[in-house]
Amino acid sequence: MNRRTALVCGVLLVLAILLPLPPLRIYPIVGIDLVCFALFAVSLDLLFGYVGLLSFGQAMFWGGGGYVTAILLSHTHLDAVLVVVLAVLYAVVLAAIVGAIAVRRSGIYFAMVTLGIAMIESFTAFQFTDLTGGENGLPLDNRGHYFGFPIENDVVFYYVVVVLVALGVWFALRLVGSPFGGVLQAMRENEQRLVALGYRVNRYKMAVFTISGGLAGFAGALYALGNRLAGLDMVDWHTSGAVVMMTVLGGIGTIVGPIVGAGLFESLDYFVSKTPIGGETNLVMGTIFGLCVLLFRRGIVGELLILMGRRAKN
Amino acid sequence: MLRVVNFAHGTMYMLGAFATYYGAQLFHLPFYAALIAAPIVVGLFGMLLETTLLRRLYGLDPLYNLLLTFALALVIEDLMRLLAGAMGSPYAVPDALSGIANLGFTLYPVYKLFVIVVSLVICALVWWIVERSPIGARIRAATENPVLVRAFGINTRALVTWTFGCGVALAALAGVLAAPSTNVQPSMGDAIIIYAFAIVVIGGLGSVLGSIVAGFGLGLLQAIGGIVWAPISTTLIFIAMVLVIIVRPAGLFGRPEGSR
Repeated sequence: MNRRTALVCGVLLVLAILLPLPPLRIYPIVGIDLVCFALFAVSLDLLFGYVGLLSFGQAMFWGGGGYVTAILLSHTHLDAVLVVVLAVLYAVVLAAIVGAIAVRRSGIYFAMVTLGIAMIESFTAFQFTDLTGGENGLPLDNRGHYFGFPIENDVVFYYVVVVLVALGVWFALRLVGSPFGGVLQAMRENEQRLVALGYRVNRYKMAVFTISGGLAGFAGALYALGNRLAGLDMVDWHTSGAVVMMTVLGGIGTIVGPIVGAGLFESLDYFVSKTPIGGETNLVMGTIFGLCVLLFRRGIVGELLILMGRRAKN
Repeated sequence: MLRVVNFAHGTMYMLGAFATYYGAQLFHLPFYAALIAAPIVVGLFGMLLETTLLRRLYGLDPLYNLLLTFALALVIEDLMRLLAGAMGSPYAVPDALSGIANLGFTLYPVYKLFVIVVSLVICALVWWIVERSPIGARIRAATENPVLVRAFGINTRALVTWTFGCGVALAALAGVLAAPSTNVQPSMGDAIIIYAFAIVVIGGLGSVLGSIVAGFGLGLLQAIGGIVWAPISTTLIFIAMVLVIIVRPAGLFGRPEGSR
């Protein structure tokens, strides 16, 4: 992690801590959504930004984690900490299987294949109404007990989520800074050369896909706990699309960018829905995203980091 | 074919249906006229999008084109939602094609029969143009090696634009055909595009025959699956996709990725 990234991280963390306090006073549930989506976007960045694999089915891990959490909490008496661990485990196993299939293709095919597989889960969640509640989703009465303690206060839970998400982001940053991360980036730049050097690229792709799925599942589990609900929209492909938009908007390959992207996307979405446009927020989000793809493909933070770098040199 | 994955393709299908609907509402355009007019209008719109927006991204990773068309799909769909409302509007089957035909072994709605015949003819036509005609040869060559084709004095840019326009027009034609049998609504393109992706993955990208075979085969598979166990019919197509990728990563009729 270089100093510029560290600086952005610090600013974001301070901002996250200040959000529910005056003068910002963000409604804590909205804050939880925002922070969870941030980690979700980071999970996608690991794949898209660092390996060049665009997953258009990332919602299957996010939603899968959410559903497993909700199902286990409502049907069993397990401790919520264990439930979250199991939800992540589910996402990891699912990602390992999907990864094994999807890495056989790359580029646009990879996007289409992940999208298709995600549809299987989404339809399954829709069909098995006994377990998932179908269209109504699966609401929870409470957030369960954490090592025996309940956390029903939204503000307290928000800070718990902030700490956990910060750990997740730290993990992602460590990962991309590690030798493993170096291989990933090399793979994005020149896959043939790595093959020639004797690297088994598909294994690396599968590994990062699995890690990314696990992080998304973790974020999804926290999201479901925060909202006390796992719904069909969590597994819907539009959610996969939204997280792609957040990641690209913030800046792929930066880890911190997607956090900013998620924050901007969610807050913009919230404000636009209050204007006469109403529910048709995609009109605005799509336009901004389209302009981003056309004009500043490095994303907001990507451009910012370069700007900061230039200034540091002068 | 063009190695442009058009996320907005379903949207064009939706626009085709809406063009038919508004054509009838505003200009009393008969269905048969819409069958020709709507694809032309929507096709021209597609060409406009290609020349103004998509073209800018050709030098880059094709993924960026996918993202841009995704953005376009979202914007156009929401625009239509604001214009027409989310509920959708019914469109009557033309009189001459309504009613039920007796095929000897079973009764079948005439309109569905008409759709089947038209799509078979169009599929055959597209396959012939792409695989057998001189124009098709140029298109395939232009995707294979644009620099060389340009050196022969063929305007590849225009070729790409026209091919894109034709693809969009075909999607719109499908929309026109679908208008009488489904409710015309902004989200109708949304559902179909993912199925279309799965079909293309199964058939093999860039293989017209593959897509046709996979498309009809999967329609059949889905119908049979629906009879056997109803809940599985919607997922069957994606399960088939997974199986195909495991067995033949390049798709049933596709060439291996390395040789593109």
